[in-house]
Amino acid sequence: MTQSVAPPVPPVAPEPTARSRRPSRGRPGWSVSVLLIALAVVGPVAAVLVDVANGELPDWPRNLGDMVVTTLLLMAGVGIGTLVLGCGLAWLVTACTFPLRNVMVWLLVLPLAMPAYILGFVFLSIFDAAGPVQQWLRSALGDFVEFSVATLPGCVIVMSLTLYPYVYLLARAAFAEQAPSTYDAARTLGAGRGRAFFRVLLPLARPSIAAGLALVMMEVLTDFATVQYFGVQTVSVGVYTVWKGSYDFGSAVQLAALVMLFAVAVLAGERLMRGRARFTQQGGHGRGLQPVRLSVGRGLLALLACLLALAGSFVVPVLQLVWWAVDHARGDGPPALDSGFAQAFSNSISIAVITSLTCVVLALVIGHAIRLGGGRWLRAAAQLTTFGYAVPGAVIGIGTLLLFDYLDRALEALGVPGGTGLLVTGSVVGILYAFVVRFVGPASQAVDASYQKVPVTLTQSALSLGAGPLRVLGRVHAPLVRSGVAVALVLVAIDAIKELPVVLMLRPFGFNTVSVWVYQLAKENLWGLAALPALVIVALAVVPVFILFRQVRTADTATRQRRSRGSL
Amino acid sequence: MSSTPALVFEGVSKSYGATQAARDLDLSVLPGEMVTLIGPSGCGKSTALRLIAGLERPDAGRILVAGEEVAGPRRFVNPEKRRVGLVFQDHALFPHLTVTRNVQFGLHGLPRAERAARAAEVLELVRLGHLAGRYPHELSGGEQQRVALARALAPRPAVVLLDEPFSSLDENLRAQVRAEVVGVLRETGTTAIFVTHDQTEALSIGDRVVVMQGGRIEQADTPYRVFEQPATRFVASFMGDADFLRAHVHKALLTCEIGVVSTVPGWASADVDVDVVLRPHEVAITPEPGRNGDGPEVVDMEYHGAFVLHTVRLASGQTVRSWQPHSVRHPVGTPVRVSVVAGVTPTLLVGDHAVTAPPGTAS
Repeated sequence: MTQSVAPPVPPVAPEPTARSRRPSRGRPGWSVSVLLIALAVVGPVAAVLVDVANGELPDWPRNLGDMVVTTLLLMAGVGIGTLVLGCGLAWLVTACTFPLRNVMVWLLVLPLAMPAYILGFVFLSIFDAAGPVQQWLRSALGDFVEFSVATLPGCVIVMSLTLYPYVYLLARAAFAEQAPSTYDAARTLGAGRGRAFFRVLLPLARPSIAAGLALVMMEVLTDFATVQYFGVQTVSVGVYTVWKGSYDFGSAVQLAALVMLFAVAVLAGERLMRGRARFTQQGGHGRGLQPVRLSVGRGLLALLACLLALAGSFVVPVLQLVWWAVDHARGDGPPALDSGFAQAFSNSISIAVITSLTCVVLALVIGHAIRLGGGRWLRAAAQLTTFGYAVPGAVIGIGTLLLFDYLDRALEALGVPGGTGLLVTGSVVGILYAFVVRFVGPASQAVDASYQKVPVTLTQSALSLGAGPLRVLGRVHAPLVRSGVAVALVLVAIDAIKELPVVLMLRPFGFNTVSVWVYQLAKENLWGLAALPALVIVALAVVPVFILFRQVRTADTATRQRRSRGSL
Repeated sequence: MSSTPALVFEGVSKSYGATQAARDLDLSVLPGEMVTLIGPSGCGKSTALRLIAGLERPDAGRILVAGEEVAGPRRFVNPEKRRVGLVFQDHALFPHLTVTRNVQFGLHGLPRAERAARAAEVLELVRLGHLAGRYPHELSGGEQQRVALARALAPRPAVVLLDEPFSSLDENLRAQVRAEVVGVLRETGTTAIFVTHDQTEALSIGDRVVVMQGGRIEQADTPYRVFEQPATRFVASFMGDADFLRAHVHKALLTCEIGVVSTVPGWASADVDVDVVLRPHEVAITPEPGRNGDGPEVVDMEYHGAFVLHTVRLASGQTVRSWQPHSVRHPVGTPVRVSVVAGVTPTLLVGDHAVTAPPGTAS
C-alpha cells in the first residue's frame, strides 16, 4: 500500500448522534392507536400464518390437486376475459368516436354494480338446460340439445363480465393520461396509429393494466359463492366446505394459507409486470392521442360492441330480475318481501351502519395521526391498515375464527368454561370485525384523498393557536374532510351490504343478510323470490359506481384543462 | 422582566438523515425585536422556524420562549402549548370559518365576551373590522394576509413567526402589505421572526438580520453591518453583489491590482495577503481614451434604468463591476482606470472570514 497523496478530506458533517435517530415528531397516543388498528387488520392473516407454521401437516383433501388446477384455470380464464374486454373497450372509447361514445364511457363501468353471485344465477337460469335458450334450441333443432353451462367456462364468462370494469377503468385512465408528447414522438418517428398504440401506449399502460388484473384476481380468489353455483371447486370453496362441512380447523387453515399463497403470487406478479422500468412521465404538451371519427358502419359496430358488453353484464340480467319480480308479484306464491326478508334487510342495514361508522372513525384516526407527524413506522403501520382489502375473504374468515379460538382458550385458561362460545356458532361480532378489517382500507383511501387537500400549514396554524390534537380534529380537520368522510361512509356501507363470502363463513346459524338471502333462494332455484332482493342490492350498488364515475369525470376534466392550457 | 429574551437558541442542532439542517445554532432575540432569517434555499432557515414553533424536535440544544424552556434534552412542549404565533405564505386561514371565527380560534378558553372583544380589537388593528363576517375566499390576498396576522396576534404570543409571508402576493401589492404588517408588529411591540429569501426585504424590515448557510448562522447583525461589514465571504456575496480581488497589506497600505485601495489603520506592522471585497457602488471607473497597451477595459454594460452596471476586465483577467449613474455609459471596449470611491473602507477576507485586525495579533 502506498501512502495516499491526497490530503485527508475533512468531514463535511459531524457524525449524527444516536439521539438524532429517534422519531422527532408525532403524538404517542395517536401513533399507538394507528399501530393497534394495524395489528387488528393484520390479526386474521397473522393467525393463519402462525397456525400453519405451528400445526402439523394435515390430511390434505383428496381433491387438492384438482382444486389448485381449477383455481389456476379460473384465474387464467377470467384474467384473459377481463383483459380482452377491459382493454378492448378502453381502447375503443379512447381512440375512436362513434355514436353515444360519451355515454358509453361511463355506462361501461356499470357492471361493477352487478355482484357476480347475482349475475351467476341469472346466467344459469337463462342458459342452462331448463332455460329459455336451450328450450328454443330444442324446439328448433331437436331434443338432443341438452347441456350444462354450470361449468368452469360458464363461470369464467360470468366473472369476466362482472369484473372487466376494473381493467377497463385503469386502462382507460392510463391511455387518457399518457403524456401526449410521448405519443406524438412515436407518431413523428413514423409509427402509425395502431403501431403507436401497440408499441408505446399499451406498454406504458402495462402497470395500470396489471393493477387492474390484480384487483380482478383478488375478487376471483375471494369468491366462494358464485363458483359454487357453477360447481367450480376452487381452493376458496375448499376452505368453506371443509369448515362448514366438518369444522375441521386444521385443514381449513391449511387451505386458507394456500389461498393466501395465491394472493401473494398475484401481488408479486403485479410487481413483476411493473418491472424496473419507470412509467411516470414528465408532463409534456402536445395533441396526444386524438380520437378518430369512425365511418357510420364501423361506428355502429363499435357501439354494438359496447352495447353487447353492457347488455350481457347488466341490462339483460336486470331486465330478467325485473321480469321475475313482476311475474312473482302477479302470481299467488308467497310474497317476495316477507318478514324473513325484513329481518335480513334490517340485519344488513345494522351491519352496514356499524361497519361504515367504525371504518370512518378509524380512517379519521389514521389520517389525523399521519397529519400530526411521526416516524417511518407510523407510515408503515398506516400502510398495513389498508392491506385487508387484498386478503381473500376465506383467509379473513378463517383467521377471524382462529382469533376467536385463541380468545376462547385464553378465557378457558382463566376459568371461564366454554370461553365465548362464539367459535362454532359464529357470531355477528366476527362478521363486524372481519368487515372492518376488509373495509378500513377503502375508507382510509377516501378520507385520505380529502386530507391531501387540507394544507399542512392549516394544521400547524391550528396547533400554534393553542388547539390540542382533538380540537384540531373536531374543529378543523373533520369539517374540511367531510366530503371524503361521506364518500367513505357510502362506499363501505354498500360494500358491506353486497359482501357475501365472509358472511357465509362467519354467520351464526339462522342469521341472514340480504346477500345471504338472495344467495340461498337462488341456490334453490327460487328465482322469483330472489329477484326483488337482488334488485335491491344492485340498486344500492349503483350508488358507489356513480361516485366513482364522478371522480373519474373530475379527473378527466382536470386533464383536459391541463392540456388546453398547455396548448395555449 | 422585560429584559428576559423573547427567544433563545442554545446550541440547537437538527438533522434529517444525513442532512444537517441546523448546526449548533445560538441566538437571542429581545422582546419587541424584529429579526429576519435569510439564506439560500436549504440553508436551514425554515427548520429554525419549525423548531421554534414546535413542529420539529431538536436533536441537541435548548430553545427558550419568553424564558420558558420549550425544547431541551428532557423537555418538549407541543406547539399548542407554546406561546408562538405562525403566519404562512399561503395564509392558512380556515376556509370553513368566517374572519371573526378564524381570529377567535386561538382564544378558546376565554369567556365569550372577552373573545369577541379581543377579536374585534386585533381586526381593528389590521383595519379589517368591516370584513369580520366574510369568509376567507371572499377576501383579497392582502386582506387574507392581514387576517392571518390578526389571528396570530390575538392570543398575545411571545413571538410571531412569519414564513415568507409576502411571497405569495404579487409584486405591486407586496410592498404595501409588507409596510402594513411591519407597522402593526411595531405598533404592538411584537417580537417577530421573518423568514425570507429576498435580500432587500431582509435588510429593510429587520432590526437584525440572521444570514444562514448550510444549517449554520454565518452572521447575525444589524442590516447595516451585515451589508457593510460582512463576516464571511458567503455573506458578502449573498447580501448584495460583490467582487473579490487578491490584495496585500503592507505597512498599513492595502494594495491590489488596481493600485492602492486605502490605508488600514492598526496594520502598520502587517505584511499579509488578503482578499478585498468590492461592491459595485464602491468601484469608480474613469475612461482612458489614449491609453497604450493592456489595461482594464469595459467588457459589458447593462442598462438598469436609473443606474448602469459596467463590468470591467482587469489585466489579470479578473472582473469587477461598477454602478454608474444612468447618464454615464462607456461602450464595451473602452479602456478605463479603476479605483475605489473615496472614503470607503472595504472588507478584508483571510480565507473565507472577514478580518478587522492583522492575522496573528490578539484583538
